[in-house]
Amino acid sequence: MDEIRFVAATGAVGAGVDRASLAAAMKREPHFMAADAGTTDAGPAALGSGVPAFAREAVKADLTVMLEAGHRAHVPVIVGSAGTAGADVHVDWTLDIVREVCAELEIELRVAVIRSEQHPEYLVEMLSEGRIHPLAPSPHMDEATIRRSVRVVGMMGIEPIQRALATGADLVLAGRASDSALYAAMPITLGFPEGLAWHVGKVVECGTLACETRGPGVMLATIRRDHAIIEPIGPDLRCTPMTVAAHSLYENPDPYLFHEASGTLDIRNAVFHAETDTSVRISGAQFHAAEKYNVKLEGAELAGYATVMIGGIRDPFILSRLDVWLGGITRYFERTVKEVLGLGPDDYQFALHTYGRDGVMGELEPERESQVHEVGVVFEVLAADQRTATEIAKLARQPLLHFPVPEWTGAVTTIAYLHNPPQIERGPVYRFNMHHVVTPRTREEMFRIESIEVGAGSASVRTRTA
Amino acid sequence: MRLDRLASLVRSKNAGPFQLTFDILFSDPAVYEKVKASKVLNAELIAHLYDCDIDSVRFFECDNALAFKATIPRRHVQGSFGDPDLHGGQQHAPLMAVDITT
Repeated sequence: MDEIRFVAATGAVGAGVDRASLAAAMKREPHFMAADAGTTDAGPAALGSGVPAFAREAVKADLTVMLEAGHRAHVPVIVGSAGTAGADVHVDWTLDIVREVCAELEIELRVAVIRSEQHPEYLVEMLSEGRIHPLAPSPHMDEATIRRSVRVVGMMGIEPIQRALATGADLVLAGRASDSALYAAMPITLGFPEGLAWHVGKVVECGTLACETRGPGVMLATIRRDHAIIEPIGPDLRCTPMTVAAHSLYENPDPYLFHEASGTLDIRNAVFHAETDTSVRISGAQFHAAEKYNVKLEGAELAGYATVMIGGIRDPFILSRLDVWLGGITRYFERTVKEVLGLGPDDYQFALHTYGRDGVMGELEPERESQVHEVGVVFEVLAADQRTATEIAKLARQPLLHFPVPEWTGAVTTIAYLHNPPQIERGPVYRFNMHHVVTPRTREEMFRIESIEVGAGSASVRTRTA
Repeated sequence: MRLDRLASLVRSKNAGPFQLTFDILFSDPAVYEKVKASKVLNAELIAHLYDCDIDSVRFFECDNALAFKATIPRRHVQGSFGDPDLHGGQQHAPLMAVDITT
């Protein structure tokens, strides 16, 4: 085999797959198609609550286009980080959609499901054996952290995907996975250079984001023995050596080194050349195998229950000394919470975001002293339960509404609340609580693969393979 | 001249939930080289603008991408209570105003 071709169908399942571009790419006879369906960039809520960030119908529409094209061409489809966070609940949510799609398309698929959610007992064991290590910067982690977590996932590398592909799967549905690994797995199995395979994966995993301009389309990659070609397919899409090189910066802490479970992709010596007007030839990337296999952990725990109130302030007297005025309210409010509810600073957290002044950057805002004519105020409180959070918010409602303004004599109403009632209950809110890697005893033990037949008429047959 | 007059893109973004990264990209190699030669963009500047320890700043000059990159620890873990910017995408404005004397 001199070359392997594959398609990145979209930067995120649920963000849209362009049917016409995918059809054009399929004419090039790719050997597989992949896309990731998740990210931590959506925040800790997806992992904590179990609710995906993408709309179900959007994910279904994308999976329909991808599975139909893959089925027609008899090539495997690889989907990673299912349901945004890739825990079991997200994989099951996605698998449900896959069943619907297969029924509607009247097709049968062999699906290899890879689960990446980690059992707390397993993690506690790993921790006690000294197999969990912090990354920088990292929150404190001990056994209690693991026990407090609602869910923890391990980010798989290429190995589980390679094993899943070996089952002859039409669809590999993976829990949390390295985006690049979805693309690197098959080329590396087939003996193509690891550095190139990972580098190409890195370039195409965001779909057409590595192009000069944004637009509907897909990415076609071709890996040969000593170089690879990155080619966008879609109206007016164009990759240049610079856009491909620059893409390695996006959302990455380091533009040259990328840590994966089995080693590090190093593109310091990568070379980028224009192949055609719209495609780019890359070579030179290296992959340094790690001494220890390191699986990154992502965990989320319940932070509490939040209630928010939104309002605006327009009175120039208040705005001219906003910090002093809000400081007075804060002192009054904290005292009231203590007197009425018996709660102190350890029992709840609150924040006042002042949009129009420093709502976006907080204390880092260099222009927070500039004159503004209106400020949006978001008051937010976090407590152990929803009722308490809302009771606390209600105690802030009055002072924000009537706190004295020295320039005025008589009763004043000082904030324009947006809603009635002003408070909005946000429900449970979560926080990420791990930035760590675990060194498992074996490369297999953290990821469980299950083969499932999904199809219009067929009863599901399940066979455990690992 | 202000950096936003010279760069084709100045952006900030999460690099995972615990780090924030800044990219400053150029379309003209000559402009990139001038900005690089000015030595105005460096780890000290980032530490100053974003009030963080200079040892926590990772700063890169990426010649093949005509870009500068800096990565710092997030002040608030992404999405935690009080974090004002879930995606970290609106933290770049102070960089735009940086004066580059060439």
